[in-house]
Amino acid sequence: MESYPQLTLFDLNQETLRDLNLQLHNLTDEDAKNSWKITNPKGKHAIACGLKVPVSVEIDGHAGYYCAGMNQLAEVTINGNVGVGVAENMMTGLVRVKGNASQSAGATGRGGLLVIEGDASARCGISMKGIDIVVHGSIGHMSAFMGQAGRLVVNGDAGEALGDSLYEAHIYVRGKVRSLGADCIEKPMRDGHINDLETLIEASRLDAKASDFRRYGSARKLYNFNIDNASQY
Amino acid sequence: MKKQPGMRESATFDRDVIHEIQRAAEKGIYDIRGWGAKRKLPHFDDLVFLGASMSRYPLEGYRESCSTAVVLGDRFAKKPLHLDIPITIAGMSFGALSAQAKESLGRGASIMGTSTTTGDGGMTPEERLSSKHLVYQLLPSRYGMNPDDLRKADAIEVVLGQGAKPGGGGMLLGQKISDRVAEMRTLPRDIDQRSACRHPDWTGPDDLAIKILELREITDWEKPIYIKIGATRTYYDTMLAVKAGADVIVLDGMQGGTGATQEVFIEHVGIPTLPAIRLAVEALIETDMHRKVQLIVSGGIRSGADVAKAMAMGADAVSIGTAALIAIGDNSPEYEDDYNKLGTSAGFFDDFQEGKDPAGISTQDEELAERLDPELGGRRLANYLRVLTLEAQTIARACGKSHLHNLEPEDLVALTIEAAAMAKIPLAGTDWIPGNKSY
Repeated sequence: MESYPQLTLFDLNQETLRDLNLQLHNLTDEDAKNSWKITNPKGKHAIACGLKVPVSVEIDGHAGYYCAGMNQLAEVTINGNVGVGVAENMMTGLVRVKGNASQSAGATGRGGLLVIEGDASARCGISMKGIDIVVHGSIGHMSAFMGQAGRLVVNGDAGEALGDSLYEAHIYVRGKVRSLGADCIEKPMRDGHINDLETLIEASRLDAKASDFRRYGSARKLYNFNIDNASQY
Repeated sequence: MKKQPGMRESATFDRDVIHEIQRAAEKGIYDIRGWGAKRKLPHFDDLVFLGASMSRYPLEGYRESCSTAVVLGDRFAKKPLHLDIPITIAGMSFGALSAQAKESLGRGASIMGTSTTTGDGGMTPEERLSSKHLVYQLLPSRYGMNPDDLRKADAIEVVLGQGAKPGGGGMLLGQKISDRVAEMRTLPRDIDQRSACRHPDWTGPDDLAIKILELREITDWEKPIYIKIGATRTYYDTMLAVKAGADVIVLDGMQGGTGATQEVFIEHVGIPTLPAIRLAVEALIETDMHRKVQLIVSGGIRSGADVAKAMAMGADAVSIGTAALIAIGDNSPEYEDDYNKLGTSAGFFDDFQEGKDPAGISTQDEELAERLDPELGGRRLANYLRVLTLEAQTIARACGKSHLHNLEPEDLVALTIEAAAMAKIPLAGTDWIPGNKSY
């Protein structure tokens, strides 16, 4: 007999964070077609972290630090704001924040897509290693610091020292950039970049045109230590 | 011309200082090297044991047992580490070291029933396969960090710093970046890879407590969480590590090694291992966490005597890095000609950052790395660990102790005023401890 997807309700007022994460970690690929709805998160930390199957999880309210940390395959939606390090070190999957995000959103992420429909604070995408991050609002200072790979898309403005010590991550900003960090420069938008950006805009459900964005990347002058560049940092 | 009578060398500007000034003037850049602090420091050599006599009963060597087993991480973790000996292998990265060197360390540690540790750059399959107990480091760079590897690890070590460079990040120079190292670190090959000095997603002990919660949740509270600190403000750092929820604290003194750091940093930042142990143990006792949060001490452990002294001062275990590399072949006289070609000699080689190690250890050059046979390296390390253990047991039995953990500060005296003050161990033949504050 064919089984149909079910919705599991989990109330963090009634059960513990440990119970929640343990149950989510024990899901099989077969279980993953069911959806989960978590109520009363009330800013708790480490909600739905370490998921490893393609389950859909909706968090109904605000979450604390490291929500959906190190996510693999799962689709996590937060109907609220999130604390520090949402989707940190994400490997694959999708994390969508309907509100704003605190510092270090998507830090060191290695894959997957993080969408922040509001603003993101400082160090968004710090040390990113392959993740795609789309922020519908603006981002704070030192974002994409030491970004190694992946793409950071900002529909609003960017704070000071954007892309400081950048490696190979790509940054697209539609609004104003307060300042660029060491070794970060504006680069021309080519067709390939426009195509990439359009794909991300669509996937993140952003209402914007790729041609309105400007691209920033590494000047690659700090890739190998040179004493003549010491004054840059 | 050699030094002749009447030629007076300046104590302030000795020939090494003069050489460094000349080198700096020529190159315009500070000196970078591997190894740890090379200057003379107050150390375990400045302590001796009081063996048993009339007032203490010794145990019979070769007959009565002296246990060495240690459990690490039973404060919160469901699966603490049960090690046969209290001598572990410190974190050293694949990248800084060859795959053969990492495998040698894993093999040697496993033979002796102890743990080895990953490093910046992530966990290699060879290392996991060869290591019975593997500690996985979470470093600021997060190079190679992967939740699957977190789950495969036997413990997780959050690295705040190391003794050779507390407060400093790291740099793996481009010449050591092979295709494999580059891929593991998600960076182009041949470029310098900067390891950050701060973690990207937490600041301070309150945040760290939440970070540790996340790591525990991801691994379902199975893995012990270590916090590694470089020795500086050790008393307060230990207190804060306990507060942040550590199961184990790894304390690295300034003699602890590095793969590549500025000479000025290695020699002038941090405190020696000797005072650092005492500060950490005082903090643990004050918080009623001594023996509940285990203390692993590293930085200049060379012999079983050093192991026994560290444990008598209150450590639960020790960790070795430099000594382990020497055991598997680093600075071997076998390669004297090759060392000479690099402008150095066996016993002095410390340019680990250049990737030209004749012994095939601190290199990514495949031809050089092939010189190291991991099976032989593993056996050599196991032999060395066996000797350290036997030596420590010999001393413990002489002090009447049936377990290395039963060694205590009362078994020790200091040979110098400096060591007495730093270790808070009385000067031999007196009951004087400068500062006059005992354990």
